[in-house]
Amino acid sequence: MSHGTQTDAAATRAATVRRIAEQHASARGPLMPALHGVVAELGHIDPLDVPVVADVLNLSVAEVHGVVSFYTDFRTRPAPAHTVHLCRAESCQALGSQPLYEDTVRRFAGREDVEVDHVFCFGNCPLGPSGTVDGRLHGRLTPERITRLTQDWQP
Amino acid sequence: MTTVYVPCDSSAVSVGADEVAAALAAVEGVQVLRNGSRGMLWAEPLVEVVTERGRVGYAGVSAEDVPRLVAAGLLTGEDTPECLGVVDEHEWLRSQRRVSFARVGLIEPTDIAAYGEHGGWAGLRRALSLAPADVVAEVTTSGLRGRGGAGFPAGVKWRTVLDAPAGLRFVVCNLDEGDSGTFADRMLCEGDPFTLIEGMVIAAHATGASEGYVYCRSEYPAVVTTLRRAIEVAYAHGYLGERITGSDLSFDLELRVGAGAYICGEETSMLESLEGRRGEVRAKPPIPALHGLFGRPTVINNTLTFAAVPMILADGGAAYAALGTGRSRGTQVFQLAGNIARGGIVEADFGISLGDLVTGYGGGTLSGRPVRAVQVGGPLGAYLPVDRLDVPMDYEALAAAGGMLGHGGIVVFDDTVDMARQARFAMEFCAAESCGKCTPCRVGAVRGVETLDRIIAGVRREDNLLLLEDLCTTMTKGSLCAMGGLTPMPVRSAVQHWPEDFDAPAVHDIPSSGGSGP
Repeated sequence: MSHGTQTDAAATRAATVRRIAEQHASARGPLMPALHGVVAELGHIDPLDVPVVADVLNLSVAEVHGVVSFYTDFRTRPAPAHTVHLCRAESCQALGSQPLYEDTVRRFAGREDVEVDHVFCFGNCPLGPSGTVDGRLHGRLTPERITRLTQDWQP
Repeated sequence: MTTVYVPCDSSAVSVGADEVAAALAAVEGVQVLRNGSRGMLWAEPLVEVVTERGRVGYAGVSAEDVPRLVAAGLLTGEDTPECLGVVDEHEWLRSQRRVSFARVGLIEPTDIAAYGEHGGWAGLRRALSLAPADVVAEVTTSGLRGRGGAGFPAGVKWRTVLDAPAGLRFVVCNLDEGDSGTFADRMLCEGDPFTLIEGMVIAAHATGASEGYVYCRSEYPAVVTTLRRAIEVAYAHGYLGERITGSDLSFDLELRVGAGAYICGEETSMLESLEGRRGEVRAKPPIPALHGLFGRPTVINNTLTFAAVPMILADGGAAYAALGTGRSRGTQVFQLAGNIARGGIVEADFGISLGDLVTGYGGGTLSGRPVRAVQVGGPLGAYLPVDRLDVPMDYEALAAAGGMLGHGGIVVFDDTVDMARQARFAMEFCAAESCGKCTPCRVGAVRGVETLDRIIAGVRREDNLLLLEDLCTTMTKGSLCAMGGLTPMPVRSAVQHWPEDFDAPAVHDIPSSGGSGP
């Protein structure tokens, strides 16, 4: 990739971020909706996006960085191809979520295309252990069900 | 044409309701409607067939079951092993008192005509015929207390906002339902979102507010979709926006989404987040009722608090106050969760015993093993042993028993639970979710994990238990909000009721920090 292409890509991205931030600029407290917008459209918030958002919303770079780094959902790297997010909160613990979580972490260890992470509660408590596979919520999860749900994932 | 209901609630979908709906839609002569869930989560996916006798239910249906069940007469309500009979007559539902959840599961969530046919908007109509102060008086008469956990009288809060100096005011709904074991806000908004909207519009009229926000956690994407759709429909039908139903009331409502921070369920953190900042708690005073969102007077209530308001206005505050016990008036939406045979929503008058919920409605554990511990009120609530199951479920009785009602979540554990590990998790959760503002919470929770690791590993156990108690006191007294202030509650209750779990021979790996320190 030539230097010129990189610069073009960065400029295109900055223009997109600017457009998203401008869409929210007239709202009260626009920062959270603007950051959600960036993640929804571009997948993550790049460190280079932060000054653009700050400029549009008339905030300091530090304020925007502070918010991005506070909230779990504002990922700062591109998302992997697949995600498994398992609940580790009390209600799912009572139904065996901890061994399921540890088993899943081991299963996908070393796979850069799969992100295994924990979440504290999906509100599906009586039907735990609960988790999302590529964003879709499943209840009564077992290692066997995770195998079936992820069998098409090629490393 | 036979009408069949298959819930669109995300719990039902998590165990295959979408596939069941698709399988039934492919059967000739079947019209599938997607209702909310009845709250019988143990029976999901619960298919209901409209018959002359009423809506006949079939529990735990899978897509593969559909051809067999149709052949066995599901479409005419024939009896099969899955059949629950007429759902409204089922003891589990019939014995409840559904007030806030009266419509959940009966109708398609964003069908505004069905909402009106099932009693919707009656509360708003009456409220708009009253002066704001009279609406506040009804809420005060009802005895309604905040359902988020603090139990503050809603009428007092509304009165404070109404009496605030003139100018812009807000109504904010806390839909950041992060406590493990709670899911009532989610099910209400996925199943009957207009009830929340109606409650918030009534609050706007009562307090002179012109703008409102719902702050929903991002872990609830189906709520975001359904509630946004409901808000659009309400605007289109004149229940939001300018001159609501032809009255002088104008009120705009917007849904905002959190971003994965438990602390934003604390009301001042939520305000910070809505304003576009890190979700760090504010000191009180000033109270949000006078100095809330963007510094303006703000009514902040939990989803279930607003959901109780339409009925209070429709039937009168006295009718609501006639339910319940002591200073806990009305009904509470209890949520049965964890290792429980029949989990779900039980709305009942305050005063029902914990045992009636856990072993009566809940049917004991799912595993079939004995109940050992019940955590009431979320991750900051106490663990109660089985000899406390007789405690009446109201704010004061639970406090007297060393616990708290919180948001009404009840999580059951069987006898395989290790209470020292649960105490450790309480500290681990606090360390992960603390906003970081108060040192006792931010640092104390990390030290709590380390201290519990040493206790579990058997390192100077008595000294470390003493240190843990001291740490709990510091966190309780030195934190601004309930995160640091109440994390000691599950920890202390575990130590108090199950000392044997803190005295067991070391069976877990000794963590690297375990050998040093006190």
